[in-house]
Amino acid sequence: MTAAAVAKHSTARDSTPALVGFGSLVAFFLVMELLIQTGLVNRFIVPPPSEIIGSFQRLILEEDIFHRFLVTLGECLTAGVMLTVFGVTGGVLMHRYKLLQQACETWVAAMASAPLVLMYPLFLVIFGRNVWTIIMMGFIAALPPVILKTIEGISSTRKVLINVGRSFNLTPAQQFWKILFPASLPTIFVGLRLGLIFALINIVGTEFLINFGGLGQLINDLAERYDLAGTYAAICFVILVSVLFFMTLEKAERWLIPVG
Amino acid sequence: MAPAATPSSGTAILVADNITVRFETPEGAILAVDDVSFGVRPGEFLSVIGPSGCGKSTLFNVIGGLLSTHQGVVSVAGETITGPHKSIGMVFQEESTFPWRTVTDNVAFPLELIGMPKAKRVERARHFIGMVGLDGFENRFPGELSGGMRQRVSLARTLASEPKILLMDEPFAALDEQTRLLLGDKVLQIQQQLKQTTLLITHNITEAVQMSDRILVMTYRPGKVKRIVDIDLPRPRTSEIVSSESFGRYVAQIWSDLREEASRGMRADEKHALNEGAAS
Repeated sequence: MTAAAVAKHSTARDSTPALVGFGSLVAFFLVMELLIQTGLVNRFIVPPPSEIIGSFQRLILEEDIFHRFLVTLGECLTAGVMLTVFGVTGGVLMHRYKLLQQACETWVAAMASAPLVLMYPLFLVIFGRNVWTIIMMGFIAALPPVILKTIEGISSTRKVLINVGRSFNLTPAQQFWKILFPASLPTIFVGLRLGLIFALINIVGTEFLINFGGLGQLINDLAERYDLAGTYAAICFVILVSVLFFMTLEKAERWLIPVG
Repeated sequence: MAPAATPSSGTAILVADNITVRFETPEGAILAVDDVSFGVRPGEFLSVIGPSGCGKSTLFNVIGGLLSTHQGVVSVAGETITGPHKSIGMVFQEESTFPWRTVTDNVAFPLELIGMPKAKRVERARHFIGMVGLDGFENRFPGELSGGMRQRVSLARTLASEPKILLMDEPFAALDEQTRLLLGDKVLQIQQQLKQTTLLITHNITEAVQMSDRILVMTYRPGKVKRIVDIDLPRPRTSEIVSSESFGRYVAQIWSDLREEASRGMRADEKHALNEGAAS
């Protein structure tokens, strides 16, 4: 086999999982279409995929979906930036001050599993029925995993790396910025990924509950009108926000942790 | 056999004087190192050898300034040290490269700390990368290298700080015997090239005899100086020396000293395991 043939073979093999994944999705939609069209699945519960695809044009022309998409994306990005700044700083401070960690870690962990979305009436009172209620709901709900994973990342830095820093007489600030922080970045990113999932769920959920903002409000409106095809099409845009979000995070991670 | 080098040896650049270390454990206090004294002369290669649990690594931490709960004094060129000292460069047993930095950036780390301009520190780093035989791997990350190569990166990083004394704690312990012998050659070559004062902590007799001018043999817990052996083998040396008759004699001599200590260690471990079993 020539080098060109090997390269061609390797490219073909590399794209196989993506093609199989895409093919499975298409096959799933075809099967659903068939089941719904033959009446085996009730079309008033699950609309046929062809109808969902057909409703995209309506959402774009009549429901201003791109504006709503940008509103939700903006809320997620704002919550994401706040999470990174306050969550990581909170984790660093809790690791630095043991009393703070001992005092707060348990209830931060408890917060992670609490259904904080139920606190939306309180946030409505504090911030009013505006975008900040939505952002703060996403931010608060997503804060615990970022804090906890930051503490875990710093605590699990290998002792030998800390000793290397000590052997070079690093100051505490150098020890943090040159060793502890970069060593804990992979774990911090796990926390950020978890946090962003929580943030997106809570942001769209709060938009839905208070009937305000971007895609969540649109889904609420469409569901109220019993426009199921439109509802599912709007959910596709929520998934698109999630995909964009995680692609950006992955790029940031690769840029910050170039481990070869 | 030579008598133990006393701290008062005027020529020693590194002196450990009456070092004693105790650890508090749930089972009571353990005397890990008991009144250890020795000196290392400039340009000398001294190895400390002993069975597992004899306090070698504790001694490494005391001399490197990473452990301060000891009695006794460590001094470099007459200056008592109370913590990590710029004259002592440490190479650790565990893999200690920074995985987020390239080979060049790892080696340039100590130069970055002293504020050397980037172009100059990259040039210096490349010099030390070449010295440990890693030319061509400058832009690789540690995750792309073998264990032996990563240890060479650690060695180059320590050498880049140009320490007066190179302190190594079983740097090749995790490597296979062939790689270990070849890396021993590399260390010898660098040590002879830089006339680097070196203190090696090891439990490997072959490695100690291959590289050292003198070997300090320690007893099992508490770690004391049992004997200091002068290695009168010709220099420059390579790993080929392991096949010589005199090399074999030194290995046998040191093993006869260590055998009794290693047996004591093994018996103590077995007794400990039995007690643990009975307690549970």
